[in-house]
Amino acid sequence: MAFTRRTKDQLAQRVARDMFDGAIVNLGIGMPTAVANHLPPGIEIVLHSENGILGMGPAPAAGDEDYDLINAGKQPVTLLPGGAYFHHADSFAMMRGGHLDICVLGAFQVSATGDLANWHTGEKDAIPAVGGAMDLAIGAKQTWVMMDLLTKQGASKLVERCTYPLTGVGCVKRVYTDLATFECTPQGLKLIDAVEGLSHAELERLVGLPLRAA
Amino acid sequence: MINKIAASIADALAGTRDGATVLIGGFGTSGIPNELIAGLLEQGARDLTVVNNNAGNGDTGLAALLKAGRVRKIICSFPRQVDSHVFDALYRSGKLELELVPQGNLAERMRAAGAGIGAFFCPTSYGTPLAEGKEIRVIDGKPYVLEYPIRGDLALIKAERGDRWGNLIFRKAARNFGPVMAMAAQRTVATVYDIAELGELDPEAVVTPGIFVSQVVMIPRVATQAGGFKKAA
Repeated sequence: MAFTRRTKDQLAQRVARDMFDGAIVNLGIGMPTAVANHLPPGIEIVLHSENGILGMGPAPAAGDEDYDLINAGKQPVTLLPGGAYFHHADSFAMMRGGHLDICVLGAFQVSATGDLANWHTGEKDAIPAVGGAMDLAIGAKQTWVMMDLLTKQGASKLVERCTYPLTGVGCVKRVYTDLATFECTPQGLKLIDAVEGLSHAELERLVGLPLRAA
Repeated sequence: MINKIAASIADALAGTRDGATVLIGGFGTSGIPNELIAGLLEQGARDLTVVNNNAGNGDTGLAALLKAGRVRKIICSFPRQVDSHVFDALYRSGKLELELVPQGNLAERMRAAGAGIGAFFCPTSYGTPLAEGKEIRVIDGKPYVLEYPIRGDLALIKAERGDRWGNLIFRKAARNFGPVMAMAAQRTVATVYDIAELGELDPEAVVTPGIFVSQVVMIPRVATQAGGFKKAA
């Protein structure tokens, strides 16, 4: 049966649907940033930015940019009423001390048991850069990944064992993709949902790993 | 009388030695003490180890210091940016040593130095290439990696307002590494846009108390420029 991939916006909506009122959330650079545009109405989320912001708001209007108020991607943002600034050691204490409820990260690969690879492709001539990825991955109460399920070549990014250098071990709880949503457990992958028309068997074939029903 | 107000950046940076470890505040372009970096360039110290979150943007500031060949080693979390071409070329040609440190460890290792902590066990980087060769300890069933402090001979930071005792307040997210770097260095020089009379800064709002600051220099206000990301066409 035919199935359609979730668009980037639909994927962001799917992630946003699982956010809860009052959650303190860190959205990683790239795809996860879009989640902020799709939060369900009526719930209040506090966004954390690694460079010392809680209560981060949307981009300012053109002409109102203030480059002393930027996000982790170095782009201008705003501060919501109730927001606060703090220094880097406090900001990372919030992550590493387990004070963030949810962080959403992009990934190159995630293993069935929740190992994350998202900072380095392992190419010899690549300039390594880790930023706050390793701190975020292991620190939040829940680490969620948002990515396309397959590479451009059709290989699954959900794998038995990551071949790229690791960011963290067993730290990913959920993986939201354009085709399905998964939970990583010490016993392997559980399927939470899949796009309409994509059968369990077909999805297992694409991933190449057994998927338990949730 | 205590007077930490320096007459000029040149005065504040005089005596910086070759081989010094210099902690430089900032995240991207916010909080980068450009005037102090320019002063260090002029002052002439060489063979420096620089600690900053990034490794310079464009051709000015930290990038200019790198370009002038004055830095032997950089300790940072995120060197690669869209406009980090100066770093990229030096690193690729082997002229610059890089110690890559997860951002939280960078901050905490400096905090530890400032707080007199000999070392600490941290969960970040366990099981990754950045923990290779480091001591691991399992505490309450959870694995941790041993990390050592990063001490500076000199910290260069950018604040908003200060007084002659060295008390500082910052502006928005330009605060970032400033307060921990101020703690971690033997000497800390801060630029401010305004000097307050003693007692004028609200003591409830002082972020970095003067005990962590050696000298304060007033500079003319310049708006922070964009940097570190791809601008929309």
